[in-house]
Amino acid sequence: MNEEKEVEEQSKPLVLEKLEEHHADALLAQDEMRGTVVVVVRKEQAYAVLEYLKTDAELAYTFLVDVTAVDNSQMESELMQFDYARFMVVYQLYSYQGQCRLRVKVPVHESDLSIPSVTALWKGANWLERETYDMFGINFEGHPDLRRILMPDDFEGHPLRKDYPLRGRGERERFNFDKQNV
Amino acid sequence: MQGGLERATGEKMVLSFGPQHPATHGTLRIVLELDGESVLKATPHAGYLHTGFEKLGEHLDYNQYIVVTDRMNYLSPLSNNFGYVLAVEQLLDIEVPKRCQYIRILMAELSRLADHLLWLGTAALDLGAFSVFLYSFREREKLYSIFEKTTGARLTTSYTRIGGVLRDLYAGCEEDVREFVNNFPKALKETHTLLTRNRIWMDRTKGVGPISADDAIDYGLTGPCLRAAGVAHDIRKAEPYSSYDEVTFDVPVGTNGDAYDRYLVRMEEMIQSCGIVSQVLDNMPDGPVNVENNKITMPNKSDAYGHIEGLIHHFKVVMDGHGVETPKGEHYCATESPNGELGFYILSDGSGTAYRIRIRPPSLLHFQALPHMLEGGMVSDTVAVLGSLNVIAGELDR
Repeated sequence: MNEEKEVEEQSKPLVLEKLEEHHADALLAQDEMRGTVVVVVRKEQAYAVLEYLKTDAELAYTFLVDVTAVDNSQMESELMQFDYARFMVVYQLYSYQGQCRLRVKVPVHESDLSIPSVTALWKGANWLERETYDMFGINFEGHPDLRRILMPDDFEGHPLRKDYPLRGRGERERFNFDKQNV
Repeated sequence: MQGGLERATGEKMVLSFGPQHPATHGTLRIVLELDGESVLKATPHAGYLHTGFEKLGEHLDYNQYIVVTDRMNYLSPLSNNFGYVLAVEQLLDIEVPKRCQYIRILMAELSRLADHLLWLGTAALDLGAFSVFLYSFREREKLYSIFEKTTGARLTTSYTRIGGVLRDLYAGCEEDVREFVNNFPKALKETHTLLTRNRIWMDRTKGVGPISADDAIDYGLTGPCLRAAGVAHDIRKAEPYSSYDEVTFDVPVGTNGDAYDRYLVRMEEMIQSCGIVSQVLDNMPDGPVNVENNKITMPNKSDAYGHIEGLIHHFKVVMDGHGVETPKGEHYCATESPNGELGFYILSDGSGTAYRIRIRPPSLLHFQALPHMLEGGMVSDTVAVLGSLNVIAGELDR
């Protein structure tokens, strides 16, 4: 990791330079892996950083490729790095102008699962955030329609959390076709 | 288009379209609020085919997971196999031999043809053009024979492996593929004569479900749907992977972003894919198809039976919990699947099983944009627009 950082400093990507200039206080960490720049951003400034990345004329990350999350509860090294934040919300961005990718990660503590929604910036974020809410229980504040998307509306729990068992919690056995449940 | 909204009387009917409607090709559901025949509001619902592929990825080892990728977009499993192993290989930081890269391009382009052909047939069938369905399935059948001979299966191909492919091409594959690509443009012309200037087809698709380039980017559309809106972006050109920079091809672009343009873009993409396939066959290098690293790929059978080292390597690759191990880290790898950007985001904790696999499906974002294209149109356009997006429930819900 340290070696990579040294290489990075020789030719720092434009996006890192600009972020350090405008949002230095928001950056928790930065890295470059397999050609993609990764930045970890404080939750409070996440919306401002993403807005900046999208609207800045030189960077123009206009394409929100993906929004997802990772439950780090079984990865001790990651947990320690970011003050034991259990979840990491991951945004994949792409710039048609610069033809390059960027990954923005935001640590989210289990005690406060809310994070500002980016649906106002990208219309495509709507369903991606709904899926992240459905699978991890991340609460996207300001989302116009935060419902479950893949799991049934009355489902309890969030399946992609690490403490949710692979074979479920007996939903299959309990499933029935009573009129009230349809 | 706007006429429908002006006629609104305040009385509306709610129509649940799907999940069993034949024109949804699977398990999609759209709740339409109608005033007469005009669509006031459309609400798509997903999740009827949710299978937990991402959860499974945290429990299967890297080679086992290839089988799951078959089932994501079941129209072009070979492209999914390809996209997934590419992500793992890039995380491993290995490059497969040239011949393997070419074979993968060959199979990916043939599967793009098969995917577009099935789309063409069913989209036309939904709008009442039955003969197109028969013509495109006739061609698709030839491709599936080639897939069957190469991989041993028609749908569940599982052809790629981490660091290579299942096996080299069969003897006579080149002749079969050449025969197909030589005859295909003529066969596609038949469809052009049936549809492209057909009055009914044009009335049903031209100006139907339009989306502007800015909106398409905002909604995260990719692939043919994005290019039909006028954005000339193709991952094969922008970030060439697996020797795509060594073949030449054009990226067809539309202007209006309507169902007709999406049709034309896919039709031209099929011709371009034929060109790529011919170039790949012309320049197919000799050599091995797997990386020579027995910690990643299977050793030769003779080694496995004849040498203790070969036997150990075989054991390590095959046995549960001993397979390929990736370095700790994360990687997002995007490939141009027939439907658009298919991305795999893999987070590894250094073991033989991914800590998290995220699949970024093109269909999810296409289906999300459906209301934008439908609202204000007619109820009969629903089928045309849905058909033109080619939403595949398997990768929509995963």
